[in-house]
Amino acid sequence: MKKKLISILLAAALTLTAFTGCGGNNDSGSDKSKKVTITNVSYDPTRELYEAYNKIFAEHWKEKTGQEVEITQSHGGSGKQALEVANGLEADVVTLALEGDVNAVRDAGLIEDGWVDEFPLDSSPYTSTIVFLVRKGNPKNIQDWGDLVKEGVGVITPNPKTSGGARWNYLAAWAYADQLYNGDEAQVKDFIKKLYKNVLVLDSGARGATTTFVENKQGDVLLAWENEAYLSKQDYPDDYEIITPSISILAQPSVAIVDEVVDERGTREVATEYLNYLYSDEAQRIAGDNFYRPSNADILKEYADVFDLNINLVTINDFGGWAKAQSTHFADGGVFDQIYEE
Amino acid sequence: MHENTIGTKAVKWLLIGISAVFVFVMLVLPLGIVVVESLRDGWDTYWAAVSDEYTLSAVFLTVEATLFAVIINTIFGVFAAWAITKFHFRGKKLLTTLIDIPVTVSPIIAGLIFVLTFGRQSALYPYLKELDIKVVFAVPGIVLATIFVTFPFISRELIPVLEAQGTDEEEAAALMGAKGWTIFSKITFPHIKWAFLYGVVLCSARAMGEFGAVSVLSGHLRGKTNTLPLHVEILFNEFKYVPAFAVSSILVMMAVIILIIRSVVEYKGKRNE
Amino acid sequence: MKKVSKRVIPGFGLSMGVTLSILSVIVLIPLASLVVFTAQMDFDEIIRTITRDRVLASFEVSFLTAFIASAINAVMGVILAWVLVRYDFPLKRLLDGMIELPFALPTAVAGIALTSLTSDQGLIGSFFAKYGIKIAYTRIGITVALVFVGIPFVVRAVQPVLEKLDPTYEEAAGVMGASRIKIFWKVIFPEIKPALFTGFGLAFGRCLGEYGSVVFIAGNQPFETEITPLIIMSELQEYDYASATAIALVMLVASFAVLFVVNMIQARSTRILKGG
Repeated sequence: MKKKLISILLAAALTLTAFTGCGGNNDSGSDKSKKVTITNVSYDPTRELYEAYNKIFAEHWKEKTGQEVEITQSHGGSGKQALEVANGLEADVVTLALEGDVNAVRDAGLIEDGWVDEFPLDSSPYTSTIVFLVRKGNPKNIQDWGDLVKEGVGVITPNPKTSGGARWNYLAAWAYADQLYNGDEAQVKDFIKKLYKNVLVLDSGARGATTTFVENKQGDVLLAWENEAYLSKQDYPDDYEIITPSISILAQPSVAIVDEVVDERGTREVATEYLNYLYSDEAQRIAGDNFYRPSNADILKEYADVFDLNINLVTINDFGGWAKAQSTHFADGGVFDQIYEE
Repeated sequence: MHENTIGTKAVKWLLIGISAVFVFVMLVLPLGIVVVESLRDGWDTYWAAVSDEYTLSAVFLTVEATLFAVIINTIFGVFAAWAITKFHFRGKKLLTTLIDIPVTVSPIIAGLIFVLTFGRQSALYPYLKELDIKVVFAVPGIVLATIFVTFPFISRELIPVLEAQGTDEEEAAALMGAKGWTIFSKITFPHIKWAFLYGVVLCSARAMGEFGAVSVLSGHLRGKTNTLPLHVEILFNEFKYVPAFAVSSILVMMAVIILIIRSVVEYKGKRNE
Repeated sequence: MKKVSKRVIPGFGLSMGVTLSILSVIVLIPLASLVVFTAQMDFDEIIRTITRDRVLASFEVSFLTAFIASAINAVMGVILAWVLVRYDFPLKRLLDGMIELPFALPTAVAGIALTSLTSDQGLIGSFFAKYGIKIAYTRIGITVALVFVGIPFVVRAVQPVLEKLDPTYEEAAGVMGASRIKIFWKVIFPEIKPALFTGFGLAFGRCLGEYGSVVFIAGNQPFETEITPLIIMSELQEYDYASATAIALVMLVASFAVLFVVNMIQARSTRILKGG
């Protein structure tokens, strides 16, 4: 009996050591003379933007300090990315789709209060909006939000529950109906309900929705980020048209420094400069070239032939801020659930 | 077995026909799509996608995770199958059910539980940090998740065979004074070697292709914690539809290589028997 | 007799020790955190979370499609295993070799490929669309994806048992004049039943939790084609860990129950076979 017990314990000890054996190594970025590495945790549609920006920032930092900098990128759904940072993904900076997602990282204790004011323009160096992508020639003649609820129009938009971008789609539609019916909530809800009745496929993410529309040819109109719509058009210039509705929403992606991580790794200086430099003319033009609207009004004007600058844009503040919009519309039992449950 | 009646022949070809159609529609066509799409823009695009620096680092990480999964699950599978089939003890059914559980846990949940256990919100996190061990959003987390999703594959193959074989031969050998290792290698292993081979193949195929759990645990750090399936996801999300399929085809090829090796080993082995 | 066998064969302590410790590190401790996180809610809250209309509807979608897909795989799995073990025909080894391929293909890629095949513009989908049958973006589509994901389980569970089965029994039964169907049900089926149930149980559990491929093909319409793992994912996006783990726990208990029943059946039939 005793012998058996000993062998069980021995086996247990062996397995445990085997597991702890595969630990990780930690590279610190503090040493000035050596190369510094920082991690930028971002969301899906910014890949091309940061690929270009990281190059000019590396040159800028080298010129300024003589030090090499390497930026590791991580992209994914904005909410999921925020969750991962909150759970220990070591990010020096986060550049996410929504203020609400950065707040989730703050609530986990990683970012200090008041981050919104740390960088200019609400820490939002570039903005975007929601537009329609339709098939060539616009066979269903879709011009504005009102056309989306007509019978026989197939709409493709991702699920607001799982996709940050889809929440902007939903809110933009709400803003249109709100103005149309002068704030009569019952009618607005009815409009939204009709709109989502026309949704053929409710993909889990923006990319899935684009594939459904572009590759599998489902539906007549895709509600998309402006920059994604331009990318699709760039890839298939003969197949699609972009329609800018009369009213849409100003989507303000947020950037922030992850205080706990930069203090531990000693990278605050380079991380701060990384976000600051996003506001330089050079970086603002990179944003514009990637179909994001530069926050700098003068540079935005240079892109007047690309973007429809006359569009009427509401902001998240018209919905009482991100936290309120979230709990009213997208939380369990919120308006989005109600339109399906009624 | 003689196949001399017409009825038997008809049944034979009917069943073969059903199998062939099923496999063609359910397996060959989807894989065909992968190959066709990956070559849609020609060989140059294909080659550029598969020889990319990030793709190569993803290949290495995938192989690493797969190797760990096969080794740990082999150790586990052999010991567990031995304990379960050669002895009587209480709670045996509970134990076999627990072993199966990882297959049926949604990959999302599989990733989530490791984040909850080793992540920043966990009670273990301060200790791990002190020891400078990174589990989640690093390679160990990916390895753990891969082991988890393939956990029962080897033991599950061994248990039914050992069960059917019974314990008489081992008992006889033990009574004649043979030691544990001798009994295993001389008597038990010859019975289970084909089941073991199946198990290893299943385990490595599944380990290579695992997406959900690894996706939750990886953090998607480019060139550092991306496995092949995650790299495919990233390419897909980058509007790089064709390169995404090109990288998927690497996985298909890796699987085919493993399956060929298995066939050769099995063929040679069975011929010698 | 039982007591004796425990002592005769060596290695019980060692094998049990290794088994339990690996099991604990990989499976039990992580799963326990699921329970811990769910316990942060009180009981009423848990009940309310898992009985919301939308969650209940998703259970229906998930369980129904997983059951149908595993049933299809059970039938096809037995046929495939039988064909692979008993018959010789051209390209047999190729067929045999392909069974595990669904495992190696990332589920998301499988989902994208299957969707493009079965949408009404696709190779297969356009054929069915002529008769008014939609595959992609319906429950049929979900079932197709789940069949793909679950193929290897039943085949690889039944195959080794069939290989060990001695054909002389069947021949004897055939000589005595039993029909092919009768031979199958009376002689072969009882032998492969435990393995078949195991394969079915594993496939069912796997299908229940499948996410990667299904989200692409399902269309994800609430109440129609929204699967439970997607609901869990959306709870996570809202940082609602407690709700997510509560729903996850329901699925875990369900698959545990299925597996436990399967293992009971398996244990009983082995006992019967051994005449115990």
